[in-house]
Amino acid sequence: MDGDEQLARAELRRQIGRLEAQLGSLFADAFPRLRIDAGVAAVSSEPRALGLGDLEAIRDSLATRIGAARRQLQERAELETRNRELLERMLDAPAEHKWLRISRTDVGEPGCGHWHSRPRLGPLGMLMGWWRVRVSSGCPLSGRLAAVERERQESP
Amino acid sequence: MGAGAADSELGWEPSSTFGWVAPHVSAEFPGLGISWIEVDGKPGRSPEPVERRLHETSNRFYGAHAIHLRERPIPWAYRVFFRQIGLDPDRTRTPVEQLALDRLQDGGFKTRGLPADALTIATIETGIALRAFDAERLEGALCIRDSAPGESLAGRPGELSHGTLVIADEQAPAGLLFGATGEDRGVGRGTRRIAIAAVQVDGVPQIAVDEALWMVAATLEAA
Repeated sequence: MDGDEQLARAELRRQIGRLEAQLGSLFADAFPRLRIDAGVAAVSSEPRALGLGDLEAIRDSLATRIGAARRQLQERAELETRNRELLERMLDAPAEHKWLRISRTDVGEPGCGHWHSRPRLGPLGMLMGWWRVRVSSGCPLSGRLAAVERERQESP
Repeated sequence: MGAGAADSELGWEPSSTFGWVAPHVSAEFPGLGISWIEVDGKPGRSPEPVERRLHETSNRFYGAHAIHLRERPIPWAYRVFFRQIGLDPDRTRTPVEQLALDRLQDGGFKTRGLPADALTIATIETGIALRAFDAERLEGALCIRDSAPGESLAGRPGELSHGTLVIADEQAPAGLLFGATGEDRGVGRGTRRIAIAAVQVDGVPQIAVDEALWMVAATLEAA
């Protein structure tokens, strides 16, 4: 009986190891687009050899977390696909998507850039219907940010 | 199972000593082990080369490393072991993940003096969980076992709950397996000889443990 239980505990520990690897992989895949909650409540405040019940609870919680993480990733991927399709439509017809702004994050790409449907020549373009998509130049350079910070510190 | 000198096939000196693991604990956790080395050294400010090494290590470690840490075999092995002993590694961090988090929050690995800086460098480089004890205050060989009724950890109020996994010497628990170190066994002002212990879990190769211990020893001896 005890031998059977020990085997069962060993099998549960093996399953926990496999699930932890899957969760770690999902966590890394999602970053930085999505923050996956990988937390599974501790069953003990101090380290100890766990019984079958506790090991089962951890295994089940990890499996639940993985299910939730996969759903989150799937939903995010669908949203990014829809945003990419919207971006293509905006690029084809900027005037039909006035003032719409889509960031690189919205389409699942790294960086700080965005696409923005804006009128050419300001108010005149608005009146004449001259719309175009402007692509931002990306993330601010660290040197520029440092200069702004210096100016702020120097100003009274 | 007694303590004995490990084979130092690579010629690393000082060679590590294997501690024992209580048989029923070992049966539950195959691959769990402890080994340690002793080096002359006292706590204090890290010399300039150690601080420089810490700084260089900081410069090579970015946020992306921290995110992908849990996918690497050794940090993953410790995470799994934490789960298996009832700890949540996202709350009670594994040693290497705690250092990674501190690195991101502080903007670099802050110097905390010796021996802490030596342990930081070795843990970040290898992923191995390391502990420091005052070698002259340890009684005999180190081991991993579960606590007996009535045992406590010096400096912590109350008794350890029965079955808590501890690192112990031949007299008493020296610290939780992952967690607090007993005040009477920890490195303090009077320490002149330091025992560096590495806790090995299933999936962690012996060569990584030897390398971590050797790195700490080399850092402390050079200081």
